[in-house]
Order: sequence, then structure tokens, then C-alpha cells
Amino acid sequence: MPKRTDLNKIVIIGSGPIVIGQAAEFDYAGSQACLSLKEEGYDTVLINSNPATIMTDDEIADKVYLEPLTLESVTAILKKEKPDAILPTLGGQTGLNLAVELAKKGILADLGIELLGTNLHTINQAEDREAFKDLMNDLNQPIPPSKTVYDLQSGLDFAHEIGYPVIIRPAYTLGGTGGGFAHNDDEMQTVLSRGLTMSPETECLVEKSIAGYKEIEFEVMRDHNGSSIIVAGMENFDPVGIHTGDSIVFTPTQTLTDKEYQRLRDASLTIVNALKIEGGCNVQLAQDPYSEHYYVIEVNPRVSRSSALASKATGYPIAKIAAKIAVGLNLDEIINPITQTTYALFEPALDYVVAKIPRFAFDKFYHADRKLGTQMKATGEVMAIGSNIEEALLKAVQSLELDTQMQTTLLPEGAKKQSLNDLLETIKTPTDIRLFEIFAAICKGATIDQLHDSTKIDKFFLAKLMNIIAMQKELMTSMLTAETILKAQKLGFDDDMIKAVATITDEELAKLHSMTNQHLVYKMVDTCAAEFESFTPYFYSTVGNENESKPLGNSVIVLGAGPIRIGQGVEFDYTTVHSVKALQAAGYNAIIINNNPETVSTDFSISDKLYFEPLTIDSVMNIVNLEKPIGVIVQFGGQTAINLTQQLTDRGVKILGTNMAGIEQTENRHDFEELLINQGIEHPAGDTATDIPGAHEIASKLGYPVLVRPSFVLGGKGMAIVHDQNELNAYLVPALKHSHGEPILIDKYIKGTECEVDILSDGKQVFIPGIMEHLEGAGVHSGDSIAMYPPQTLTASQKSAIIQIATKIGKSVHCIGMMNIQFIVADQVYVIEVNPRASRTVPFMSKITHLHLAQLATQLIIGKSLTEIGLHSGMHPEPDSVYVKAPVFSFAKLPGAPTALSPEMKSTGEDLGHGHTLAEALHKAFFDSYHFDSNKTGPVLVTPTDAKNTDLMAALDAGGYPHQVYKMGQKWPKCLAFVLATEDESRLAKQLTTRALSHEVTLFTAVDTVASLVKNVQITRAKQAG
Amino acid sequence: MKKYLTLENGEQFIGTAVGDLTKEIKGELVFTTSMVGYQETLTDPSYTNQIITFTYPLIGNYGISLHANQSPTIAASAVVMQEIATTVFHYQSVMTLDEFLKKSGVPGIAGIDTRKLTKIIRKHGTMKASLTNQPLANSSFNQAKAVEMVVKSATFAHALDEHPNHVVLVDFGVKANIVKSLKNFGANVTVVTPEANFEAIAALNPDGVLISNGPGDPEDYADFLPVIRELQDHYPLFGICLGHQLLALANGARTYKMVFGHRGINHPVKNLLTGEVVITSQNHGYAVDIDSVSETPLEVTAIEINDQTCEGLRYPGKPVFSVQYHPEAAPGPHEATRLFSKFVGLMNTNGGVQHA
Repeated sequence: MPKRTDLNKIVIIGSGPIVIGQAAEFDYAGSQACLSLKEEGYDTVLINSNPATIMTDDEIADKVYLEPLTLESVTAILKKEKPDAILPTLGGQTGLNLAVELAKKGILADLGIELLGTNLHTINQAEDREAFKDLMNDLNQPIPPSKTVYDLQSGLDFAHEIGYPVIIRPAYTLGGTGGGFAHNDDEMQTVLSRGLTMSPETECLVEKSIAGYKEIEFEVMRDHNGSSIIVAGMENFDPVGIHTGDSIVFTPTQTLTDKEYQRLRDASLTIVNALKIEGGCNVQLAQDPYSEHYYVIEVNPRVSRSSALASKATGYPIAKIAAKIAVGLNLDEIINPITQTTYALFEPALDYVVAKIPRFAFDKFYHADRKLGTQMKATGEVMAIGSNIEEALLKAVQSLELDTQMQTTLLPEGAKKQSLNDLLETIKTPTDIRLFEIFAAICKGATIDQLHDSTKIDKFFLAKLMNIIAMQKELMTSMLTAETILKAQKLGFDDDMIKAVATITDEELAKLHSMTNQHLVYKMVDTCAAEFESFTPYFYSTVGNENESKPLGNSVIVLGAGPIRIGQGVEFDYTTVHSVKALQAAGYNAIIINNNPETVSTDFSISDKLYFEPLTIDSVMNIVNLEKPIGVIVQFGGQTAINLTQQLTDRGVKILGTNMAGIEQTENRHDFEELLINQGIEHPAGDTATDIPGAHEIASKLGYPVLVRPSFVLGGKGMAIVHDQNELNAYLVPALKHSHGEPILIDKYIKGTECEVDILSDGKQVFIPGIMEHLEGAGVHSGDSIAMYPPQTLTASQKSAIIQIATKIGKSVHCIGMMNIQFIVADQVYVIEVNPRASRTVPFMSKITHLHLAQLATQLIIGKSLTEIGLHSGMHPEPDSVYVKAPVFSFAKLPGAPTALSPEMKSTGEDLGHGHTLAEALHKAFFDSYHFDSNKTGPVLVTPTDAKNTDLMAALDAGGYPHQVYKMGQKWPKCLAFVLATEDESRLAKQLTTRALSHEVTLFTAVDTVASLVKNVQITRAKQAG
Repeated sequence: MKKYLTLENGEQFIGTAVGDLTKEIKGELVFTTSMVGYQETLTDPSYTNQIITFTYPLIGNYGISLHANQSPTIAASAVVMQEIATTVFHYQSVMTLDEFLKKSGVPGIAGIDTRKLTKIIRKHGTMKASLTNQPLANSSFNQAKAVEMVVKSATFAHALDEHPNHVVLVDFGVKANIVKSLKNFGANVTVVTPEANFEAIAALNPDGVLISNGPGDPEDYADFLPVIRELQDHYPLFGICLGHQLLALANGARTYKMVFGHRGINHPVKNLLTGEVVITSQNHGYAVDIDSVSETPLEVTAIEINDQTCEGLRYPGKPVFSVQYHPEAAPGPHEATRLFSKFVGLMNTNGGVQHA
């Protein structure tokens, strides 16, 4: 069927702020879908409250609503826009749930709006547990039998009926806390009793355990005609039991015979056909490793994280094609954008191996429960492409940006001291570092059978891990020859990994590399294993002697930001993509190096060439040496790219934009201080220490409280306010251990209002898009505080002081491009931090000012002056209305993680609220950030510590939020408005926050947020009453 | 131990010897893009005298099982791979691929940049190549007919009284799964060699006749074309792969050698009668000239989407049809297995055709 002509305007629902489990992959999917529909000539309207995305750019859709993703807000927009149809399958679970609500409430029917992509019945069949069970029964597709039970006996009876082992999942507990496996009646009694006690509703799900099965995923496309294809089959390294988002995943499948593969493929197609999916669909299956038996685990009738991975792994753009199917096109009518000569109706054939490794935030949340299970905990992921399992896996490891020592030696610090038996015990529990613990166990002599017994990981994969360690041993003990080095390289060892274990100098290594006729070359990702000639500018490195990547010439390399983690989120993908657009507009060939499969920047159609590679110095230099670019841009890839600047400079690579000297001036503590003193700029007094006595001396000289942090920080990692000597000690011991000789910074803590600006400069003049004022006072990380623009409490003279200081700093470090400067406004204006790069707030400010800041900065970087790009020195005029950026936390996904707002960043995403007043803007922003409707009142629970804040308590009581002080183990009240817990250390606070999260009650963890909320709610209500 | 792969155009690849270490062979170099099913592929008789290159780099991951062979042993003459699995853990595996190659006396070469090789084949077309233990100084690739008749076995019947229908299968190098699929859809199968004439087949009193897949140039089987012309007037007839090409030739269409053929399990085929597209398993180096069909009583029923080649034929008015792809899969997707059911269905309705 050709595309539908009865449709004109289509609304696309985005997935909202980034949280664990719903991240940048939906920016990628949404952007692709919008562009795909625009390409077909439809009028597109996008609704998404997340400003930090490409999809909310004015160039992506014809109209963008940065509005809350609530029923009321979306309904209002639909009434205004009167679209013909709505496409919800690209906005993750949020988009799907909203569509279901809109349909069920009759709003779509009333407004005559058609649901595109997948119909309501299908969504219900896939999402509703019972409906799904019925469907699978009808299709003769096996699913693990399960039953909800409310008492021990029913659980035992059911276990007898289906046979042990079973898994017990308590309902409504955080991250499934209190659940577990039972292999017999004794264990069942223990685990089920515990589960029933821990569940607030005394409810547990008892399910046949299929832990240890192979977990296989298929990404399926189906069109209106019913033609369906498998884009990719993926095999999890970790067996069933760990959320696929938290699993290491390989594609294509590795250990399935043709019979097994086709059986699962048949099952997937049967289900997708029965559901009548029109678009993309994800099917998860479990294959018994010892029989022909399999189970269907789950079906997601929409694009997903896995579909983003499959798109990047194969080159097949699932979301783009899914959008075209939604408007009636069939797969055999859509050209395969990779080959440009074949059609979208075919199954990609790979001639390489893809590995995905999840990236976790436990380097920040070291107290959180690192155990992996069915609840996803990863914030992001990396992908790598290689010619074999080992190479793909090690390249992915190099992309993770974990602890350097562990990343290069493959061995976690702690594991080295453990005995083999201890390690075999440790790896029974899957955690974020289990891969490395398995490596450690292999080093200690573990056999493949022992490893398999402990982990249930398929021996095929374990054998590959053993190959890697055997290679490491060879590098350590044997005479290093060119052949040995080549062999290591073929298994994915980069120079850092070789040098970490072998005694060899850089020169010797280079010499050995030059002695072979095989080197790192680049091969194309073409969806068809070279069967057809392709023109995709999408490459990966492997060892060989035929290089397929021809240097582009007249090129600029833009370094991406790698995996998404707390502190370095999708914002940096946004800036990377914009930089590329500006380069292209200026006539350059823009090349991206990045390794994050979830994002827009790794869509091969964005840049002139994409290298899907680790962001290590070796990897980047190899590409630089091939492409010989005019220069490299490091400003848009977050700290990942900035951290490579020194090494690139040392190797003679031209850094475009602020140079290394300028970066050093802002990042090196002493240079920075010197700069500020020379320029007469106030800053909190402070010093650096490399040992405990030194730190104490500085702290007592400055006077407590002091702010302590490591140098070269990312997202305030390791930052804290300490109030006395004991707290300082508690901070220093671990901090010094992790600082690897880098000094610890100690500053006087100044209480005041935090502000920040992003500046654009050509080195001579400085332009300031605007000042953002933080609602929460100094001491809360800027990424976790609500940012208000324009500032709400600053005086004209304070603003002008900020502009003057920002201008001085920009000029004196000879900033070319962008910088971010943070201030504390107290008795005077103090500078606390300068980031010599694009910051988290760039997309937020870009969307408000309608200035594409990263594009403008890129123009400056390639030599334009501020005047030439139409900007001027000084500040952009402020708007009449108010915008706020509010943080979004994923605490519910990370049991045990600290919740109180502090200098250490904790949020995973952000949303935008806009209104005529601050009250209105906050009201809107609270919906998708704190999931709070500030029009609703009700009782609040507070910790005893917070209850001592009598002013706040009085304000709460008066504002319609009567407060109750929480008591250990008390009955959980109904209809709570929210919970306030600004400390997370006490047992009581931990219990309170955990219960709030498991009951899905809004949790506020900073006094200023709540104080402002109460104040503004009163304003709104007064206005409404008036 | 090193092994040398020398192409007709003089290019040489050096790799590691696997499988039968001493044997040297010459053959036609082809590639397959399927990522699973190497055992089914290697034992598919259509690959006789061919050197198979696997584009997927890891081959042998799950070993060799007892039930995947498509013929008693490896049909291909050699195998070219990037990496061959040395240890295998799959529960059904009885030996490694390397052991299977050794046992079957088939040489192989590993450590080859198969992507580079594939691109050469794509560009220059399928070509002759030799696999030797020493570098080949002066390679001579004489053009002697490589294809011999594959099937030497006598006529044999499979469990005759199980099913209501009886299919005589003319075996040019049949894959085991074709026989199995026929049985699954309710037919007894008697296998005959291509030497069988019409009378011999008719004497078996079939309800339908299947012309199987097989290796080589369809024009080499001219002797069998008159048999097809008679068969198609008397029985429901189903041609698969080579069988499809022979049906075309028998009715006056032409075949030609493709540049590099279709070998893989991801080929989209559109049914021109229904508009439906299915993903199919394919292995052929020759194709029916789609333009030549218009001069015959046959009708094109299916095409490959990407290169528009002929994938299906039927004889209007007769229960006679053929497909270029492999509905029996093994390896590959199962969407087309319903063709066997269609074939058996034609026998049940008797297609309006009189038995001889």
C-alpha cells in the first residue's frame, strides 16, 4: 500500500525525561520517526517535556510542545492541534501508556484521532499479564507458568503443581526486594514467607524459574501486508534472570543451531502476526540450553532500547522504517537506506560480531545495591563491533570509561586478593563488575566448568573469556614478538591493555606493530555482509590488511561523549549532533567518533562519516592518522572528550576551539586560582591537598564547613560538604585512594544562591545567552537543582557582575567556542567552577532562546567571529515569561543509593516547565520531574530532622500540606501528597525514603525545593481563587 | 600449517589449514551470507564441487549434531572461513566442525579476510579457485565441466504406507529436509535418479512428482527435459531450485549464470499473485531468464525484490509450479514450508489431471 493520503497532521509522543530504563534510545527513535514522517510530507507535532533531546529541536518536527506528558496536558494540545492521528509507539512506555489512557478515556474517539502504529487491542494483549497469557495459550506458545498468591499454602500448592525451582517476586517492593528462588519446600517456606511479609499488600508472584536459560531477543518488523522480518537476533551473555538492559549482549546469536534459531524465529513471527503489529516489535525468549524447550518471556509492541541497539548493530534503521509503516507504506516499498539499492524487506546479514555492555552509575552510588536482577539499573550502554567475540568484547570494555586500572588489566582491585573459592562464590551474584570478577577467577585458575556452575553463563562465552586471559598471560610471560602482539590485537587488546600487562615501551610496541602486514583497518557496516555494494559512511575497526574507509578530506572530527551516565547525559549527544550540523553547513565533512548505541549521534545519517569506536587515545589517533582532519573538536563530548585533549595535543593534533592551555587554566586548580586572582575575581578561598594531614591543615585554616572534591571532576563525582574533622576523615580515606595521586580540592563553603552561565566566545568578545539561577542553594549539585531562567531573585547589579566576570574569564582563557561558568551569589559574586566545554544546560537554553548555541559555538570554533554569526558581546535579552529546568531521579531503580541532594549529582534526566510566572513554570515542571501535581494537597511525611525546621513545617501546614513526623515501621498513610527527607543517613530516613519510592509517592530531598513549592503553590492558588 | 587459496584472477589468500590438512582441490568459489546453519549448508548437495566462503566470521560455534545433515556427508569441496570454533559445548554436538571436515576428507582454510574475498566475488563474479598446501606459482584453471551427476544411489522408497499420497522425487542432489517436509505434510516419498524415464516414474504410480535441487548448470541436464514435459501433463509437479530451472528449460525458457548468485537465508521473495513477501533460504548460481518466460506457456509467480530475478513459475491450467528458493529451509526461515502443503493439496484435489 502506498502511503496514506487521508492523513495530514500527526502527533508524536516522546518519552519524557531520561530515567533508568527509558533513556536516549527514545530520542534516537523519536527523532528518526519525526524526520521520516516529515520526509513523507506529513505535518508533524511533537510533545515531549525533555529539553535535552534532538527530537525537541525545531528542525525535527513542524511544531514542538515542551509540555508535560500528562493526560490533561496532552489532551489540551490535541484539542488545539486537531491532528488526524497520533503515533505513540516511539515514546517508550510513557508514550504507550499515554496513548492507552487517551483511548480509554474516549478522548481520541471524541476528537476523531486515529491511533497509528499499533492498536489499543494489541497494546493491551502485549502489556496486560492475563491477556498476554491467554494469547500465548491460543498460539501454543509456552510461557513460564505463574500465579499471584496471598498466603504460604497457595504458594506451596502452586509450586507442587508446576515443579521447582520457582521464583518468588513480592509485589510493590522496591526493585523486587525480598524475592528469591526456591528449589524445595523448605526454601519456599522461607522465601515466600519473607516475600509476603515484605510486600505491603501481602502479595507475591510465584513463577516457574527459568534462570539459567539462554536469553534471546528478536527485533521484528511487520507491515500492513503482514510481511515480517527479523532485523536482528540477539543473545545475552548473561542467562535469564538479569534484565536485558543490564546484560552483556551479543548479536547475531552465537550458540543457537539453525533449528533452534528458526524455532525461536517462528515463535516471534507467530506472535507478532497474531498481535498484528504494524511497525517494530521486540520479542524476548528463553531457550533451554539442554533441550529443545523454550519459553516466551515478554513482548514489547513498540521500539525499545533493544531496537536502538539492533539498528546500530545491523545498520537497519528500525524507528525510521516503523514510522513509514505506520503511515501505510509496506516494507517492499521502502528503500533500504544503507544499500540504497535494495529494499527494507530483507533480513540483515552481519559479517562481524557486536557486543553491548551496560554502563552503571555505581561509581557514584557505591552504597547502592549493585546486585543485578530483573529490575534494570544501568544508566547507559556501550557497543563495539569486531571480527570475533573477544575483540568486540574488549573494544566495548575500552569504551566503558571505568576505573582505568580495571579497564586495562581487566581485574578489579578487590578481586586480586580473593581466593579462587571466594571468587567462584562472588560471581554467583551478578553485579556490574561480574565480567571482571570472572576474569579474576580465570587468572586464579578457575576451570570452565567451575565458572559455568557459578554463573550459568554459556561455556561458549566463558571459553572466549579464557582465551582473553590466556592471551594476557602470554603477553606477560612470553618473549614479545610481532606475532604475539598481532595475535593480542586480533583478540581486541589495544596498546593500553598490552602495556598494562607486558613489559614493553611505546617505541618497542610501535616497532612490533610495524613489522606485520596487518593493522587496524576500518570495515563498513552495510547490513548485507558485502553482498551488495553500499555507500554507508559507517565504519568499525578490526585487524586486517584491507581498509575500506577512504579519507574524506576537508574534514573535522567531533568526539562524542560515550555512554550515558549520571553527570554526562544525552545533553552531550545533543551538542555533538549540533556541532556536526554546523560543520556541514560551513562546508566541512564532519566525522563522529562515538560508542553509544542509544543516541542520535551514532545514527550514520547524521554525520559524513561515523566511526563506532572506543573513545581512547589509541582509537582516536588511529582515525586521526587515517583521516588527517583539519582538527578535532573536543568541546561537545563532555568530560570524555575534554580528557583526551592533553594527549591529542601532545601528539600534535590540532584542537579546534579553546586550546589545551585554556582548558588547563580552568581545570588545573592552581592555574585557575592564578587566573582569578590576576583578573580580580572573587572565589571561595581554598587549596589542594594530597594527604590527610595537609587536608586537615587547610580545612582548619579555612574554617568549617568546607567543600571537598577531587580535581578533574565529572558531575560533582566525589564531591561533599564536610562540617568537621571527623567528616573530613571519613571523606579523605576513600577519596585519596581513588584519586591516583591527583590532589583533593578543599574550598571554603559559601552559602548563597548558585547561578550559572554558558558563554560563547571568539576569543575576543563574549556572548552570554542568559543567566540561570538555581532554586536550591549552594551545596546542591547544579545538575540536581531546579534552574530558573531568567533569574528570579538577582539584582541588576548582581547580574551585571556575573556578565562582567564571565566576559573577563572568557577573554583571558581565550575561549573559542563554549564554556560554562558557575557562580555563588552571596555578599559578593564568587566564581566556583569553569567547565571549558559545552554543558548540560546548552540544550535547555537553546530551546528557550531559539539560538542553536552548539551550532553557533561550532561556527566560532572554525574561525568565525561573534559579529559574523550575528551575535554581540554581553547578554541576550531576557524573556518576559519564566522557564525552569527540573531534575528527574531514578531512585526507585537503585535501592540503597543516597537520596538527599548534595554536591554529588544524582539525577538522570530533566524536564522543562514554562509559564508566565515562576509558579506556573514550576507547576508544569513538577509533573514529569517529581511526578507531582502541585494543585493537589494532602498530608506529608517528614523525618524528625526535617521536623525541626519549624518555619518550613508551619509553611507546610498552612499551605495545605499538614505534616506528620515519620516513625519507624508506622502504618503507611493513604493519599500522601509527598514525603520530605533531606537526610539519608539514619535508619529511619532510609526506611522512609524506601517506602516512599515503593509506594510511588513523590519524594523531595532538599529543603529549598519544598519551601519554594509551598510558596509558589500559594501564589497559584491565590491567583486561581482571585 | 598454512593453506593457500588462489583465485582465477591470480589473487592469493594465505590462511591456516583446517579439516583435511593434506588434500588440495579446485572448485567454484562462492559465498553464503547465512549466519547460522553451516552444517546444513555444507551437506547440501547443491554445493557439490563448490568452495564455500562463509561471510559470517565465526563458524562452528555449536558443533555438529546428528540430525542436521542434508545429505550423508559434506557436499562442498572445501570451506573458507575467518574463524573456526576449536571447542564446542552445545549439548547436541557430537564433534567439532574441524573433526567433521577431517572425517569427511574435506579441506578448509581459516584466518581469511572473508569480507575482502566476498567483495572480489561480488565484483568479478563467481570464479574458479584452488586450495593448495604450497603457494601456486602458475595456476591453470581449465574449464572442464566441474559438475558430475551427484546421485548414484538407486531408487528407494521411504516407508510407503504411512500417508495417503505418494510423491516420486527425482533426485538431482536432494536435501534431506525436502523429503522430511513432504512426509510432514502427508506424503510417502520414493526417490528416483534422473536416469529414470517417464515410464519408470509412472510405474511407481505417483500422486505427484517433485524435481529436486542439485548442483551445477541446468543446461547440463538436457536429457531430463523431455521427461519433465511428459510429467507435467500427467501429475502435479513441483520443482525446487534446479528443479525450477529445469521446468523453465523444459518449457522453452532460458537460464543464465548469475554474477555471484544467491546464497543466504535472507532473500525477500514477492509472490506476484498475492503481493505477499516472504524471507527465503536460497542457494543458486543460475537463474531463469525472466524475459524468456513470456515466450513459454509458463507464468512468473514470484520475484526476488532486490534484483527482480525469477523466483517462481507455474503452468496455468496445470497443477505444476516451481520455486527458485528452498521452501524446506535447513538452513533458513520456515515461512515457505506451506508450499509442501500446497503441493500435497494439489494431489488431493487431483488438479483435474488424469493419472497415466
